[in-house]
Amino acid sequence: MDTRTSEFLRRFGSLIGLMLLCTLLAVSTDNFMSSKNLINVLRQSSITALLALGVLLPILTGGTDLSVGSIQGFTMCFMAYMVVTVQVNSIVGIILTLVLGLAIGMVNGLLLTKLKLPHPFISTLGMLNIARGMALIITDGMPISGLPYEVRWLGYANVGPIPVSVILVAVVCVAMYVMLNHTPFGRHIYAIGGSAEAARLSGVNVNAVMNWVFAIAGFLYALGGIVLAGRVNSGYPLAGQGAELDAIAGAVIGGASLFGGEGTVMGTIIGVLIMGVLRNGLNLRNVSANWQMAIIGLVVILAVWVDVLRRTAEYKAATSKKV
Amino acid sequence: MSSANDGKLLLKMENITKRFPGTIALNRVKFELRPGEVHVLLGENGAGKSTLMKILAGAYTRDEGDVWINGQPVELGNPLKAQAAGVAIIYQELTQIPQLSAAENIFIGREPRKGLFVDWGLINREARRLLDQVEATFSEKTETRKLSVAHRQMVEIAKALSLNANIIVMDEPTSSLTPHEVEGLFRVIESLKKQGKGIVFISHHLEEVKEIGDRATVLRDGCYVDTIDVKDHSIDDMIELMVGRSLVTKYPKVEVTPGPEIFRCEGMTRYGAVDNVSFSVRRGEIVGFAGLVGAGRTELCRLIFGADEKDAGKIFVDGKEVNIESPRDAIRNRIGFLTENRKEEGLVLHMSITRNISMPILEQLNRSPFKVVKFIDHRRDEELAEEYYHKLGIRAPSVRKKSGELSGGNQQKVVFAKWIATKSEVLMIDEPTRGIDVGAKVEIYNLINELSKQGVGIIMVSSELPEVLGMADRILVMCNGCITGELTDRSQFSQEEVMKYATMFSKTAAGTA
Repeated sequence: MDTRTSEFLRRFGSLIGLMLLCTLLAVSTDNFMSSKNLINVLRQSSITALLALGVLLPILTGGTDLSVGSIQGFTMCFMAYMVVTVQVNSIVGIILTLVLGLAIGMVNGLLLTKLKLPHPFISTLGMLNIARGMALIITDGMPISGLPYEVRWLGYANVGPIPVSVILVAVVCVAMYVMLNHTPFGRHIYAIGGSAEAARLSGVNVNAVMNWVFAIAGFLYALGGIVLAGRVNSGYPLAGQGAELDAIAGAVIGGASLFGGEGTVMGTIIGVLIMGVLRNGLNLRNVSANWQMAIIGLVVILAVWVDVLRRTAEYKAATSKKV
Repeated sequence: MSSANDGKLLLKMENITKRFPGTIALNRVKFELRPGEVHVLLGENGAGKSTLMKILAGAYTRDEGDVWINGQPVELGNPLKAQAAGVAIIYQELTQIPQLSAAENIFIGREPRKGLFVDWGLINREARRLLDQVEATFSEKTETRKLSVAHRQMVEIAKALSLNANIIVMDEPTSSLTPHEVEGLFRVIESLKKQGKGIVFISHHLEEVKEIGDRATVLRDGCYVDTIDVKDHSIDDMIELMVGRSLVTKYPKVEVTPGPEIFRCEGMTRYGAVDNVSFSVRRGEIVGFAGLVGAGRTELCRLIFGADEKDAGKIFVDGKEVNIESPRDAIRNRIGFLTENRKEEGLVLHMSITRNISMPILEQLNRSPFKVVKFIDHRRDEELAEEYYHKLGIRAPSVRKKSGELSGGNQQKVVFAKWIATKSEVLMIDEPTRGIDVGAKVEIYNLINELSKQGVGIIMVSSELPEVLGMADRILVMCNGCITGELTDRSQFSQEEVMKYATMFSKTAAGTA
């Protein structure tokens, strides 16, 4: 494999995977390609997409975030509590929820940068439990149902045939893309993932960047919580359990490196879609949910393995060249 | 001195080639070792000594070439295989587990058992016997973190003996030892020789090489140069073999009349590393910092740069006191720091040349019309990189090339470009030519000259003494965290004088450095 093949695979590998998968399903099932089904796939993937775009940021810095699903669940319950129990205005409720997500994320960052916890694996593992506990406390363990229409709009409504949640994901994608590729902040994120010490010694305010990385991630999890609340018309305390794994898997299938410094918005979306399409296809073929889990697991391993092969080949190509 | 009888050789390496991305670290190198011999491996930093030894240790796999041990061809694919073949390496950075005792470190990973359990009695008895062999007087139960470097070396040698290693590689074993400790080490080496062990000895101290070495193999830029009998050759001969040319042309020093003071620090202190250091630098002046490894020179630079927190000290740039608490503050005050560790601290390897150069000044390349958000002006970013790409003669297909794929010399030029782009007026350069081939070194020296002509005050830390002697206007020597000497007259610079100050350990500190 020469460097060009490798570069091509790096850029388009997951896209090719997605297209192969779609072709396979188009041929082997009757209704995969129907516009109703495709829109359904997009709608179902939109929440995971928001979470995966969120967790992409800590992953890019070489860290991770395990509190994805718990923050999603807690913020969702918080919003339901605010608009149903406390009866604040819907818009205010949404804003407060987003601020809460941002704040919890910021705490995740501060645990690293102020308390100097050794790795986000630890701090966010703690936050996973704290946020889940808060969700249970605020709801008293019971779902809070009957949300007003304005709150449900993001997760429930359509504009023409397109779900609002899908449009929301598209907007977030554009914003994230601009942030990562066209602002100093974005480039600093990649630099930290490459070498935090080199970045710091080049004058990058690593602590500030890390705080905001987790804060923005928290904001996106809260957005995911709001969309989910709209879809299910309630806030329930166990929402988003295990969602971090789908989110991380999406980013990784899409080419993000857990060592940091590598990963893109488009890749992450493709990674999420691969999982979404796969689930949908397995449903259409009546494969049980139990088998679906196992198969998704295999896909994660497969995707990363392909990437490992590609890197090894790339390294060999680079070392065999005469200089 | 040809390989008279290969059967008698402990070790024979031939045509060893090793490539890394962008460079050839070793190119058809050969090396051999007889029983009872101290064979010195000579070469400048980056000549390929460490790479060759890492191949011998199984830490790297060779791309080409053959290795025989005791006349048998061996593969050495991993460290365990190398160990089984009788190779032991005592690295410069000792690889012990600090919380374990000397005895535990000697037997780590192969603890003798009594039934299911570790036989501690046997471990401690064996360790004692081995430590006695290397004249170690401390208890085998001491945790290694409480031992001095010299003592920890003894533990490593004892471990090599316990492994029945016949090939013992010592990578700069004397670099952080006091003269007294060096004598002790040499006595141990002599006794190992008598047991028929072969010693590969790596050192930059050529006087020591004369004293302890039997033969020497010289490497230069990853190539084999020659193997010589040490007693037949002078130190000057060896230097000439190592550098391939005389020292005069090697350091193209340009005399610059220094201007007014640009930088001063007073009482810089970080407990345990830097002790009350004060000095100043004038515009256009190159101040060389010499000293042994661990003398505190790098730590001093990091302190000045705000990379580590200081316990005391004041910094003045251009006469005004400045408050530096982070590298960001230092950069804002026009201080730059080229670290000794180019690959981990100097560059983000998977980022392009452009992105590395502009990293400290990214926020100035702003084209956003809004106050709250900054957008990178990609065109200016790339133009800036192009400018330095041409000025510094960075050899790469384009500025979009990943910095990790460049050769050492070109990587270093990228780091220089980064600090020139920030308009640094004080530039600290730590081991600026480490791991760079000779040709590129001269380019780096010219670059340093150029900066000095432009009035940049330069603080140059280097463990290559000839480099400091050749380039500096003034030399400060550090030992044990303090400045122990100053040499101000270029015509009077001498290796001996520097070494005298560099080993001026205070009585209490000796041995625990």
